[in-house]
Amino acid sequence: MTQLDPALREPRSAPPPPSAPLVFSGDDLEHDRRTRHTALWIAALLAALLITLPVAVGLGPVAIEAGTVLQILRGHLFGGESMGNWTNSEESIVLLLRVPRVLLGAAVGAGLALAGVALQALTRNILAEPYLLGVTSGASTLSAASILFGASTGIGSASLAGSAFAGALAAGIAVFLLARVGSQMTSTRLVLAGVSVGYVLHALTSLLIFASDDPNAGRSVLFWTLGSLTQATGQSALITWAVVLGTIALLLLWSRPLDALAIGDSTAQTLGISPAKLRAAVMVVTALCVGALVAASGGIGFVGLIIPHIARLCVGSTHRKLLPVAALLGAIFLVWADVLARTALAPQELPLGIVTALLGAPLLFVLVRKLNPTQ
Amino acid sequence: MITATDVSVGYGGKLVVKSASLHAGPGEVIGLIGPNGSGKSTFLRTLYAALRPRAGLVTLDEQPIAALRGTELARRVAVVAQETPTDLPVSVADMVLLGRAPHRKALAAFTREDHQAVAAALSRVGARELADRRYSTLSGGEKQRVLVARTLAQQADHLLLDEPTNHLDIRYQHELLRMVGQLGVTTVVVLHDLNLAARYCTELVMLEDGRVVASGTPEEVLTPEMLLRVYGIHVEPVSVSGTLQLVFSMADEPAVPTP
Repeated sequence: MTQLDPALREPRSAPPPPSAPLVFSGDDLEHDRRTRHTALWIAALLAALLITLPVAVGLGPVAIEAGTVLQILRGHLFGGESMGNWTNSEESIVLLLRVPRVLLGAAVGAGLALAGVALQALTRNILAEPYLLGVTSGASTLSAASILFGASTGIGSASLAGSAFAGALAAGIAVFLLARVGSQMTSTRLVLAGVSVGYVLHALTSLLIFASDDPNAGRSVLFWTLGSLTQATGQSALITWAVVLGTIALLLLWSRPLDALAIGDSTAQTLGISPAKLRAAVMVVTALCVGALVAASGGIGFVGLIIPHIARLCVGSTHRKLLPVAALLGAIFLVWADVLARTALAPQELPLGIVTALLGAPLLFVLVRKLNPTQ
Repeated sequence: MITATDVSVGYGGKLVVKSASLHAGPGEVIGLIGPNGSGKSTFLRTLYAALRPRAGLVTLDEQPIAALRGTELARRVAVVAQETPTDLPVSVADMVLLGRAPHRKALAAFTREDHQAVAAALSRVGARELADRRYSTLSGGEKQRVLVARTLAQQADHLLLDEPTNHLDIRYQHELLRMVGQLGVTTVVVLHDLNLAARYCTELVMLEDGRVVASGTPEEVLTPEMLLRVYGIHVEPVSVSGTLQLVFSMADEPAVPTP
């Protein structure tokens, strides 16, 4: 056996002082360009949203010019001479129907996009979307129950939004409890729990429709499964905006931890974040937000799935940039989808979920090819 | 300086690490070795508080790590862990920027200094030109270098690595470990390859079934008797140009095949 002389082993080079392991150079990875890039996107999208809102208010079965819309709004908000060259019915359409509807649409679009971003990060799954949490199915089940069996027991349609919200929350809590075994909640378990709760509730809804004698029941329930902004009121728009603004504020506060969680639980852990706690907190916030959205507008599909991907193509996947861009894109997208829904077959209204699916699916096909991770 | 004293860790009813101790002094590179399932990764995870020990104490520069807040710990200990890949697209620059997160407040934007740290870290591992690539499109070797760059950008003075040479070809295995040795930070690295461990670690800690069965310099730990007992394999240590090399043979074969 060869004897080893320790002195003969490869000498190690003297280590540099631990305090300065990095030598900074002038290279700052084009810091200015990176910062400006995001600022430009946000400014451009904000401008687009500000143009979209009055234009979209004017569009519908009764078309009203954007300039007239602005004059009506100015007259309404700031008083003064409201005697312009528009009719009373135009003023009612703008103030009572279109403005709440467009504002609600923008809030719901933004909220769905935010929920999609959050859930995709939580599950690290590019197919995750708000309805993964089963909340749409929960809303449809309870609203179906209230439409079909509540009317006779005195629960009027005014409480429909209330039951939808309760159903959404109940489903969210069920998914949450199912996914959380012994304080651990893995992304795989979250996806499985969401899918299984969704199936059960879907079956329950069908059973309710099947069991009822009301021929219109299916149609009423369809509102919650396909989504629509026709129920918009000034109040529902305001509440939804408040919920969405609260959601984006919280998610922005968690944006760095979300970045780490999107990479993996170990990464989050090594950067000082508790993945299980963060996942639970984000899920609660997301379920509340989506519950409120569904109560106001039903389950509008595809927005929460597709918008986060488009936003990532614009500004990358850092949540601090991704969240505001996704929210703005979602708001703009949904307002225009709703314009299509009310004009394409005017005076017939298309369910909004049909429009978003028809617009969203082709986009998804393109993204499926672009997002191929092995490319 | 990282010290683990009589640490026991388990999952459910089973103890995976049993009363194990380890000491990594300033600038030392400690190799954690042992057969599959001997508790190496579990032991390493307790060193950065991802797992809480059932018994025993882990200290960082003589402070118990259980008393440190998450971000405080992350400023002082950087980790390259085994991670299942994510579906979500993320750029190399953003991946390395994550290492700066423990240094910044929740709502603060990354500064020019952060971007400079990322550029410097990527240059250090020879991956500066990968900055705008998507992480998932990199080769195994490039990915490991990027992960090491993230720990550099984190500017912690303690480094923990869990099998960092996995999936790397022979050249990158050596490059990576040599670079780690040259960083001058206190390092604990889980390694499978005993020759790499012998060459790049100042000291080794060998685990068998959750217990430390040997610790000391590579020459003290990697003895034929110990390796036969722990791995069930014959070994002949030889010196090739002054470097310790282990020549292995199965227990039922002659130690060195005769030509």
